[in-house]
Amino acid sequence: MAITLKINGKKETVTAAEGTPLLWVLRDHLGLTGAKFGCGVAQCGACTVHVDGAPIRSCITPHEDVEGSEVTTIESANGKVASAIRAAWEELAVPQCGYCQAGQIMSAINLLETNASPSDEDIDSAMDGNICRCATYVRIRKAIMDAAKTL
Amino acid sequence: MFMHLAKPIYQTPDSQIENTSLEIINVSRRGFVGGATGLTFTLALAACAPKKSESKSKSEAPLPDHSTVESGPLVLISIAADGRTQITNPRSEMGQQVITAVAQMIADELDVEWDKLVIEQAVGDSKYGDQNTDGSTSIRNHINRFRMAGALMRHMLTQAAANEWGVDISECSSKLGTIEHSSGKILTYGDVAKAASKLDVPAEASVTLKRRDQWRYIGKDKPSFTIPDIIHGKGTFGIDVRVPDMVYAVIARPPTVFGKIKTLDDTAALAVPGVTKVMKLPDLQGEVAAFQPLGGVAVIATDTWAAIKGREALNVTWDAGSNANYDSDLYGQELRATARKPGEVKRNRGDVDSAMETAAKKVTADYYAPHLSQAPMEPPAATARWTGDKIECWACTQNPQAARTTVASLCGIPEENVTINVTLLGGGFGRKSKPDYVAEAALIAREVGAPVKVTWTREDDVRHGYFHSVSAQRMEAGLNEDGLPVAVLHRTVFPSINSTFGAADQGSDFELSLGATDSPWNVPNMRVEVGKAEAHIRIGWLRSVANVYHAFAQQSFAAELAHAAGKDQKDYLLDLIGPDREIDLSKDGVIYPNYGASIEEHPLDTARLKSVLDKAASMAKWGRDVPKGHGLGISVHRSFLSYVATAIEVAVDSDGNITFPGVWVAVDAGTVVNPANTKVQMEGGTLYGLSNALYGEITAKDGAVVQGNFPAWRVMRLSEAPHNLEVHIMESDAPPGGVGEPGTPPAAPALANAIFAATGQRLRTLPLLGQKNRLTMAGEG
Ligand code: FES
Ligand code: FES
Repeated sequence: MAITLKINGKKETVTAAEGTPLLWVLRDHLGLTGAKFGCGVAQCGACTVHVDGAPIRSCITPHEDVEGSEVTTIESANGKVASAIRAAWEELAVPQCGYCQAGQIMSAINLLETNASPSDEDIDSAMDGNICRCATYVRIRKAIMDAAKTL
Repeated sequence: MFMHLAKPIYQTPDSQIENTSLEIINVSRRGFVGGATGLTFTLALAACAPKKSESKSKSEAPLPDHSTVESGPLVLISIAADGRTQITNPRSEMGQQVITAVAQMIADELDVEWDKLVIEQAVGDSKYGDQNTDGSTSIRNHINRFRMAGALMRHMLTQAAANEWGVDISECSSKLGTIEHSSGKILTYGDVAKAASKLDVPAEASVTLKRRDQWRYIGKDKPSFTIPDIIHGKGTFGIDVRVPDMVYAVIARPPTVFGKIKTLDDTAALAVPGVTKVMKLPDLQGEVAAFQPLGGVAVIATDTWAAIKGREALNVTWDAGSNANYDSDLYGQELRATARKPGEVKRNRGDVDSAMETAAKKVTADYYAPHLSQAPMEPPAATARWTGDKIECWACTQNPQAARTTVASLCGIPEENVTINVTLLGGGFGRKSKPDYVAEAALIAREVGAPVKVTWTREDDVRHGYFHSVSAQRMEAGLNEDGLPVAVLHRTVFPSINSTFGAADQGSDFELSLGATDSPWNVPNMRVEVGKAEAHIRIGWLRSVANVYHAFAQQSFAAELAHAAGKDQKDYLLDLIGPDREIDLSKDGVIYPNYGASIEEHPLDTARLKSVLDKAASMAKWGRDVPKGHGLGISVHRSFLSYVATAIEVAVDSDGNITFPGVWVAVDAGTVVNPANTKVQMEGGTLYGLSNALYGEITAKDGAVVQGNFPAWRVMRLSEAPHNLEVHIMESDAPPGGVGEPGTPPAAPALANAIFAATGQRLRTLPLLGQKNRLTMAGEG
């Protein structure tokens, strides 16, 4: 059944089976491959996108559930916080392979948008759902702190 | 929207190349040649054979997919008329920043501006020499030929300018993309590129490589080529590849290796919306798995999700086959029992048995480490498209040449008909050296008649991998009155990686050389033995390979001996290593591949080992008092020609939870191409080791792997990572060692030693937080 979604500010009409997670609609139907598949069961955060500004795991979110909402993916996550996060990420050379980093960045943007000066504990709880097998964790923590300082 | 991998994939911001083509085939030169600038020349330098010693010892390495380094591998560099310089990177990028390192090595001698560099990714082709990106080899095995290629090219550009001016080359010199004549005349590389491309490549002897103090890029913190894309969600990984009219496949594989389909009913699967086809894959052939796909049933659909749902709806039963009874618990007990019995001697010095008899004190310990999964964040994925009898594949592969030969042989076509495009890899850690998933895509695409992407789910990755070997080890030592060992026995038992490729019933000399037969201890009587162990699942490489379990046993045991002797861990370890010297293992009858390098160039140097140990200790402020529940542990290990010491302060709370007040790493990797990235690799390697040490465990029951997704297969998360992780790189002008893997081995024993210091509990079974250990606070254990 065709439904219309609002993705990165654009209306997109997609035809996917009912219940198809947003992740696969983004990746396979719309060619937006920034959000990644890491587990499919909301355990790793690689698929994180924003729905009406809040981070969700797109791998377990049926695409029809976000009809009428604003979906933002890494490809067009913009604004002051996003820029600060990206600048800190680049400055500290956070990504290694980079595969988890779209999810990390989307989680980190939301953290700083809702909490301008997070504590270590805030960072731990906001970022714990995002696995990084390259283990960039120490730099992620520092980059979030650095980005917060520039805001 | 679609892949165009053959075009330049990374370019610095100032060197935009007008590449507007979105087609897949043959775009490589179009943007480059067809732009406003016109002239270009491509130089294939075949003159740069690796040093003899390297190719000799390389061919001795027994592992089958270490392709032999041939003479004359190509280094491809193109210079456009406007000076943009395209480097074709033959190695696989998986986060180790190899693209940047290759650019540094070539551009340094070529003497070209950094922001003129453009990177193109090579396809898999033996003309590029060794492309297998494993064993931490990209720099240590290739730095000289990359530098030489840059130098030869600079020489040719200089010669072309001299010809143009009608002067002798000795009056001309290069300066960052230009050639200057002593009169002050200047030509740019772009001006003379076309003329230079017509010259013969000079003999290597006609150029002088720069002195170390003249290096512009080597040894400097040049930034990553990939990060600017990554942070915007750009950059194409294997799983991201899209080609027109493609379909999507997932595969139900036999739960056991060499299992087969018994019955298949695909009615329900075909009724799943989006599923278009269900097909059987060929069973594993012959006696060994090697790089073959595991067989099973492929479900093809219009998107990945439909394929996954279709697979769930399959009604399939399996013949478990020859590995039906594999039970990793029982098997582990067997390994432990084997480790208690004499094995085959692989190193012998003096007479261990008689020395043991006269020792003042005897210490023994049994260590165990389970199977592990590499679990790169991006699971294996590959896309294949047939055009007639030719196939093009796109894959996140560490080993594109093995992918090419595997696809060719399984499809029965000549290698020339197979193109393997290498994408970015979302981590590899050894898993992606095996191209079974590329062959799956090729076989399915042929049957389907459309381009197919095969995606492995996380469960597929964890259950159907090439697993890090399980191991049991026995350590025995006889101590003298001073508490120092007069005799040491190290017996190691593990199924070999070689079993994946041929008959092998015990660990290979190569695997034994990774931390067992190369022990640097200064003990008069020493014996290393290997025991029998057959494999029942596919065994493969994992970051730092057998060093993981060997360093765990050896460096834990060092601390145990220190404790038995009533001495400080670090001081005792220094004593064990003994005087500064280069160890000659051949005297003890060891077959020692030395990671494919010559022992003259890369001796086993105890002074370097001790100095990283001292450094890590001083970084950790070794010897200080720590709060109750805290403990300091240390270890040191040489692997992949680099020396790494790790000191850890651990805090264990009353529930047995572990945190890390600090982790300190000192590395001597010889000459370092990119210090900033070397630190990153040490951080990543250390935490990869800690994650495995704390949580990593793959078990098997009835021949099948038990774990599937996270968190059953548990990995370190951010809240579990140290807050303070410091890395120090030792100054060294020794030839480069590896950097991607050597950070991993010392992590686990340093942690076990720290836990002992904190709690008094000696944990000899990995994972440290696994069910077989019950960690408690000091005094309660
Ligand atoms: S893929 Fe969605 S959380 Fe892992
Ligand atoms: S950067 Fe590789 S998984 Fe996070």
